[in-house]
Amino acid sequence: MKKFFRAVFFVDLIQGLWVTFRNQNPKYIYTEQYPAERPKVAERYRGAPRLNINPENGETLCIACNLCALACPENLIVVTSERNEATRRKELTTFTYDTSRCMFCGLCEDACPVDALELTQDFELASYTREGAIWDRQMLEEGPKPTQYKC
Amino acid sequence: MADATFLDSTELVLNMGPQHPSTHGVLRVILKLDGEKVLGTDCVIGYLHRGVEKIAENRTYQQFNPYVDRMDYVAAVSNGLGYCLAVEKLLNVEAPPRAQVTRVILTELNRIASHLLWLGTHALDIGAITPVFYCFREREEILKIFENYCGARLTTHAFRIGGLQYELYDGFEEQCKAFCDMFLPKVDEYEELLTSNRIWVSRLKGVGILNAEECKEYGVTGPVLRAAGVKWDLRKAQPYSGYEQYDFDIPTAQNGDTYDRYSVRMQEMRQSVRIIRQAVDKIPSGPIGKTPKVVKPATGEVYVSIEAPKGELGYFIVSDNSTQPYRVRVRPPSFINLQALDRMVRGGLVADVVAIIGTLDIVLGEVDR
Repeated sequence: MKKFFRAVFFVDLIQGLWVTFRNQNPKYIYTEQYPAERPKVAERYRGAPRLNINPENGETLCIACNLCALACPENLIVVTSERNEATRRKELTTFTYDTSRCMFCGLCEDACPVDALELTQDFELASYTREGAIWDRQMLEEGPKPTQYKC
Repeated sequence: MADATFLDSTELVLNMGPQHPSTHGVLRVILKLDGEKVLGTDCVIGYLHRGVEKIAENRTYQQFNPYVDRMDYVAAVSNGLGYCLAVEKLLNVEAPPRAQVTRVILTELNRIASHLLWLGTHALDIGAITPVFYCFREREEILKIFENYCGARLTTHAFRIGGLQYELYDGFEEQCKAFCDMFLPKVDEYEELLTSNRIWVSRLKGVGILNAEECKEYGVTGPVLRAAGVKWDLRKAQPYSGYEQYDFDIPTAQNGDTYDRYSVRMQEMRQSVRIIRQAVDKIPSGPIGKTPKVVKPATGEVYVSIEAPKGELGYFIVSDNSTQPYRVRVRPPSFINLQALDRMVRGGLVADVVAIIGTLDIVLGEVDR
């Protein structure tokens, strides 16, 4: 009998509609207007790689130890270096990072002993060409420059 | 493969998938139909095969860790936990208590996230569109915690062999507690929408029954097994990562139909909240563990299984005393559970196939590996 009345008066339907009605409250709106309103990513976000430079003298922090290249599961980092005859130290010449194959696992960042290689909060990595996804040393040091939109 | 050439005149062979949205990925089901009635099915899998087990043989133990996230990508943290526990057992080390409690919190959060995604998409398959928006809204909060903790939302790579890489961030406990407080009323809200909804009940009650004996025969685990009335949960049966310290129940149901699997998963979300609350209150201080620079286990083999959101997730690793595993075999819950599909849909209607695939909660990344 109770079941019959529930069916006749659409109790379940009204119950459900009441839930959807409650959720019309503007404080439950979560849509982000992306290009105009940029998302705030976490501090630890693993995004575009960056090769840090020393802010004091503008020299790279990288000591060309090749540990990131060894840690990388996809072998997408290529580091070349040459020995400076004057100081007897290895100096970085080129650094290539193939972002198209990168899965942003963060193992290279963990391996870096001097915090030179870092995965940053930049997340806009799209490129018009496949070659554009392969970043050289200059690109890694400057970082991506995505277009900024204003609404 | 169904023999399509010698058909009885009343039989019809219908391809479902691999692009069908209700197959939750790229599953192809060849249905043999008599009118609306399903006479039999054949599953064709492998559209998402990436050879994860073979990749493992060419990577070091640490390097393989991010790949396991990509098997069951909606429960990446659970996958990582299983792998880390397996390698830790092989190395005979144990993660420090702080790392273990953190692992429990993140895995349970991931269980909720996985069940939320299942609830949303399953309801969407049945025809209820509202829950998916609410589920994804709450899932977003969990993903934010993951993002704050380890810097990635989906393929997290949160755990490392021997402990954790990242220390807890400031406000982690508060954020988890706030999520728990916010989440429980939301579960009631989903239940309000679905549990007594007449369409929902009539679509799910008595559909795809798999009783306890059949479950055991097929090796089905997880919520599908528990819905058939078997009280089997690896968190209780063989506790790992300190699960014996937490007080929680194993929700079970009796009939083993699609509706029972729904109610078991809803209860599981509540139990996960209970575990998270207990764990957040007792995060011990201390080290979070350190990954050994070189992981080179002694010759041997190990099988470790954990209770992933979808069932028993096992890793069988053979080591030949080198830095790379000799063989890694993954026992994915979805793959084993999918085998019961034919038994469940036989004799049912075409529309029930969608409901049953949804209720099995398969992730094709894990089925194909």
